[in-house]
Amino acid sequence: MVTKQTLVVIGNGMVGQQFLASLVASGINKNYKIVTFCEEPRAAYDRVHLSEFFSGKTADDLSLVEPGFFEQNDITIHLGDKASKIHRHSKSVVSEKGVTIRYDKLVLATGSYPFVPPVPGHDRPQCLVYRTIEDLEAMTSAAKNSKVGAVVGGGLLGLEAAKALTDLGLQTHVVEFAPRLMAVQLDEAGGAMLRRKIENLGVTVHTGKNTSIITDGEQCANKMCFADGEELETDIILFSAGIRPRDDIARDCALEVGPRGGIVINNQCLTSDPDIYAIGECALWNGMIYGLVAPGYAMARTVVADLAGNVASFTGADMSTKLKLMGVDVASIGDAHAKTQGALVYTYQNGASEVYKRLVVSQDKKQLLGAVLVGEASGYGTLLQYCLNGIELPENPDALILPARSDESVGLGPDALPMSAQICSCFDVTKGAVCQAIEAGCVTIGALKEETKASTGCGGCAPLLKSVMNSELAKHGFEVNTDICEHFPYTRQDLYNLIMVEEIRTFDTLLEKHGRGRGCEICKPAVGSILASYWNDYILKTEHLGLQDTNDTFLANMQKDGTYSIVPRITGGEVSPDMLIALGQVGKKYKLYTKITGGQRVDLFGARVDQLPHIWKELIDAGFESGHAYGKSLRTVKSCVGSTWCRYGIDDSVGLAVELENRYKGLRSPHKIKFAVSGCTRECAEAQGKDVGVIATETGWNLYVCGNGGMKPRHADLFATSLDKETLIKYIDRFLSFYVRTADRLQRTAVWMENMEGGLDYLKSVIIDDKLGLCEQLEQQMQHVIDTYHCEWKTTIEDESKLKRFRHFINSDQPDDNVVFVEERGQIRPADEEERRHFKMVEVA
Amino acid sequence: MTQWIDVCSVDDLQPDSGVCALVEGHQVAIFYMPRESVVYALDNYDPFGNANVLSRGLIGDIKGQPVVASPLYKQHFNLQTGVCLEDETVKIPAYAIRIENGSVQVSITEQDDEI
Ligand code: SRM
Ligand SMILES: Cc1cc2nc3c(=O)[nH]c(=O)nc-3n(C[C@H](O)[C@H](O)[C@H](O)COP(=O)(O)OP(=O)(O)OC[C@H]3O[C@@H](n4cnc5c(N)ncnc54)[C@H](O)[C@@H]3O)c2cc1C
Ligand code: SF4
Ligand code: FES
Repeated sequence: MVTKQTLVVIGNGMVGQQFLASLVASGINKNYKIVTFCEEPRAAYDRVHLSEFFSGKTADDLSLVEPGFFEQNDITIHLGDKASKIHRHSKSVVSEKGVTIRYDKLVLATGSYPFVPPVPGHDRPQCLVYRTIEDLEAMTSAAKNSKVGAVVGGGLLGLEAAKALTDLGLQTHVVEFAPRLMAVQLDEAGGAMLRRKIENLGVTVHTGKNTSIITDGEQCANKMCFADGEELETDIILFSAGIRPRDDIARDCALEVGPRGGIVINNQCLTSDPDIYAIGECALWNGMIYGLVAPGYAMARTVVADLAGNVASFTGADMSTKLKLMGVDVASIGDAHAKTQGALVYTYQNGASEVYKRLVVSQDKKQLLGAVLVGEASGYGTLLQYCLNGIELPENPDALILPARSDESVGLGPDALPMSAQICSCFDVTKGAVCQAIEAGCVTIGALKEETKASTGCGGCAPLLKSVMNSELAKHGFEVNTDICEHFPYTRQDLYNLIMVEEIRTFDTLLEKHGRGRGCEICKPAVGSILASYWNDYILKTEHLGLQDTNDTFLANMQKDGTYSIVPRITGGEVSPDMLIALGQVGKKYKLYTKITGGQRVDLFGARVDQLPHIWKELIDAGFESGHAYGKSLRTVKSCVGSTWCRYGIDDSVGLAVELENRYKGLRSPHKIKFAVSGCTRECAEAQGKDVGVIATETGWNLYVCGNGGMKPRHADLFATSLDKETLIKYIDRFLSFYVRTADRLQRTAVWMENMEGGLDYLKSVIIDDKLGLCEQLEQQMQHVIDTYHCEWKTTIEDESKLKRFRHFINSDQPDDNVVFVEERGQIRPADEEERRHFKMVEVA
Repeated sequence: MTQWIDVCSVDDLQPDSGVCALVEGHQVAIFYMPRESVVYALDNYDPFGNANVLSRGLIGDIKGQPVVASPLYKQHFNLQTGVCLEDETVKIPAYAIRIENGSVQVSITEQDDEI
C-alpha cells in the first residue's frame, strides 16, 4: 500500500475553505492526509456578508462549512490554533499549541489584516478594525456606551463599516485621506456624487484629512487631530485604511515576498518553494494583491488542478465590483480611470436624481474598457459582459448609459454572450455550464444554483443568471407555465389584479370572464382567498361556500377520522383563569381531547360536525372568538411575558402582541401568517422564526420579516430598527397587503421574498421608501379588512340557514358510526382500524 | 328496475358543494352543481383516509371529468364512476341519483360504469 502524502493548509478563511471544498469535489483529497490550521475560534465564514451580522445573522448563518464537512472527508482541523513556524528543510509546520505536522505539500491561505496607520494613539480604547466576527462583537459592545463613531478610510470597506455604525445608532463620520471617496474605483465626479448621497443619509464625510494624533476627547472618549488643525470628537474609531497581506510566516522561512509585502507566486500559485503554494489575499501575483474573493477562489481552483496533475494557471482576475453602499448602488468596471492609451470617455450626470455614469471606450469606440456607475447600476451586468468578452459596442455607445432609451433596447441579450462568457465570477460559472445544467433538467433558479453554484456567492450575478435561464428555456420551447391550474391561464397575482381592477366579487363571474371548465380544488380556494382578502365578505355566503377548503367550510380543522378540532383565539397567548375554566368546562362537557398547541393556545379535538355549533355557542358566550386555525390566514401572535413581569423586559410585548393579533385577525392570505413579539433580545417568543417578528429594544421596536419554522426553517431578516409603534404598524400593514397581493398560492412570506427579484432590498424599497407609490393603497386595503372584521363563528351560529349543514346526515340525526374513540392517558383518541372493528362488533352484538 | 328512494329536498343541497345522506344504511355523498342542474352521488367513505368524509370535499373538474377531491389527502374521484384518478384500481361505489319535482332521489343499487 502506498502511504498517503500529507497536505497542510494554513488558514481556514474564505479561500482556504474554498480550496478544501474544491479538493473534495475533485476527489483528489483521497490521495492526501489533510490537515488545516485555523487561527480563529471557528471554521471559515462568509466575510463578504459579514455586515449582515448586524442585521441579525449569526456566526452559524455565516458559516461556509457544510455540517460534517471535516469529519466526512477525513480532514483534521486545528481550531483556534495558529501555525507559528514553517521548517522548510524538515518540511514541517509547528503550531502555537505545539502541534507539529510534517508536510509533503503546503498551502498558505493566511489572508490579510486591516492596516492601522501608526498615528500616536491608534491603540487607544475603542479604536477598532473590521474583519472578523470578534471585531464585530467588539464594535457592538463599544457602541453600547457611545454616541459618535468615525471610520478612517472612505473606501469600499470603510463605507460598509460606516453603515454598520449608523445601524448601531451612532452619529457617523467618514474620514478619508484622499480627496474623494472610493478613490480606487471611482473617478472624481463619481466620488462626489457618492459623497452627496451618503451625506444625505446623515453621515458626515471629511475628505483630504490626515490624522496626526488621537488623544482624550472632551465630550467623547477620543479626539482625532488632523494635520490641517481641525479636530473631531468621537467615541469609536474604526480603521479601514486598507489591508496588508499576512506574510510573516513566509518571511520567517525565507520565502520570497514582495517589496511591499505579499507572498510571491507564479501562475501555478507556487511560491519560491516548489512544495509551497499561496492563495487568496496573502498572495502576490504579478505585483498585485487581490482584495476580493473571486480571484482567491480562482487561485484555489488553480492549485487543485495543479495537484491533480492538470495544466492550469492563474492569469489575473477582473476587479470589477458592484455593491450597495448604505443603500446607494455603486459599480466600477475595468479601466474606470481611463488609463488606457487613447481611451475615450462618455459621462452622464443627473444631479436631480443623483445618478452618475461614465463609460470608458477604446479609441475606435468598438470596445468597452471600463465604467463607473453611481446611484443606478442596473446596467452593470450588461456592461461587464461587453467588457469581459470584448463584444463589439453598438454604434452609439452612450446609449448604454443614457436613460432616454431604455436599458432593455440596448441591453445585451443573453444570446449575444459566447458560451465561454463568465456568468458568475465567484464560482467561475460560464454560460456554457449554465446551459448544460439547463439541458440536464435544471429549469428553476433554485435548481441551477444547486447544480452550478452560480449566484450563491456575492449574488451579483443573479439577474444575469435569470435572463440566461429564461432565454435558454424559451429556446428549448419550454413554456414556463405559471398558470394556476387548467381552469385559469393566469398566476395568482394576475387573478388578484383582475379581481381588483374589474371589481369582481364572485368566483362564477371570474370563471365566466376569464376561465374555463368548472374549477377545481386548486383555483377555487385560491380565488376564495383572494376574494376574502380583497372584499372580506363572510366566507360561508352561498356564492363563496363551495370555494372554501373543507376546513374553512366547517370553520374547524378536520382530523384523520373526520371529526374536528376547535381552536379559539387566545390573543398573544394571554388568557385569564376564568377563560381557561370556560375552555375546560366545554372540553369536559363534550368529552374533547385537549392539548396546548405550539402556538400558545388550546386545541380541543374530537368534535363531531353536529357538535361544532353547540360548542362554539358556549365558547362565544364565554367571550371567545374564532382562532382561524383552519384558514390560510393570520394564525397566532406569540408573545413572551415582557416588561410587565420579566426583569429583563424592555417593552410590553404581550400588550403589543394582543394589539397586533386583534388588528390582523381574520385576514385571509396566500398561506398562513404567524407573528411573535419579544420583550427584549433574549427573544423568548422566537420572533425571528416568524413571518412577522417584533423585538423590543432600548430605542424602539425592531421589525423582522419572512421567517418560518416548518419544513424548511428560515430565520427572519431584520427589516427596520428602532421603530415607534405607529411606524411599526404602518410597515406591517403595507408588508401584509403587499404579500397578499403578490404572493403565489400557498407561498409563505419567506419563499415569496426569496423569489422576488431584488429580494429584501427591493421589499424595503417598496414598503419603506414607497418605490412603487403603492403604500397608501396598501394601507387602505388593510384598513378595509380591519374595519370589516367579524367573528365567523358568531355570524354562523346566528344564521339558521348556515347551521343546516352542520349535521353528519342531511336526512338523519344519527352520528357517523365510523367515529369511535378509545381512552389513552385519561383522554379520548380516535380508535385505530383494529380497535374500530372490535368496537363495532361489540355494538352489533 | 331502479328503485328510487326520496332522500331530501333540493333546498337541502349545498350549491357547488356536497352533503351526506343516510340511505338504507349507506352513507351517500351528494354533490350539486346548480348551474348545470346536475347532481352526483358517491359513497361517502374515503378508502385512502378510511373515514366518512367525501361529501366534505371540494368539487370541480379535471380534464373535463367531474371530480371530488378528498378533504383528507386530496385524491380525486370521478363523480360519475367513482374511479380514483390517481389510482385507477381504486373505485368507490357511485349511485344513481335524480331530482324529481324538487325532491332528490337516490338508488343504492350500484351504477354500471356504462351509464
Ligand atoms: C395544533 C398544532 C400542533 C400542536 O398541537 O401544537 C398544529 C397542527 C397542525 N399544523 Fe402546524 N400546528 C401547530 C403549530 C405549528 C407551528 C408552531 C408555531 O406556530 O409556532 C409550526 C412551525 C412554525 C411555522 O409555521 O412557521 C407549524 C408548522 C406547520 C406546517 C409547516 C409550514 C411550513 O411553512 O413549512 C404545516 C403544513 C402546512 O401548513 O402546509 C402545518 C399544518 C398543520 C395542520 C393543519 C396539518 C393538517 O393539515 O391537519 C395541523 C392541524 C391540526 C389541527 O387540526 O388543529 N403546521 N405548526 C399547532 C397549532 C398552533 C395554533 O395554536 O394555531
Ligand atoms: C467587511 C468585509 C466585506 C467584504 N466584502 C467583499 C465583497 O463584497 N466582495 C469581495 O470580493 N470581497 C469582499 N471582502 C474581502 C474578502 O472577504 C476577502 O477577499 C476574503 O476573505 C479573502 O480570503 P482569504 O482566505 O484569503 O483570507 P481570510 O478570509 O482572511 O482568511 C485567512 C484566515 O487565515 C487565518 N490565519 C492567518 N494566519 C494564520 C496562521 N499562521 N495559522 C492559522 N491561521 C491563520 C486568519 O485568521 C483567517 O481566518 C470583504 C471583506 C470584509 C472584511
Ligand atoms: S407536526 Fe405534523 S403531526 Fe404534528 S401537529 Fe404539526 S402537522 Fe400534525
Ligand atoms: S458573481 Fe458572485 S455569486 Fe455569482
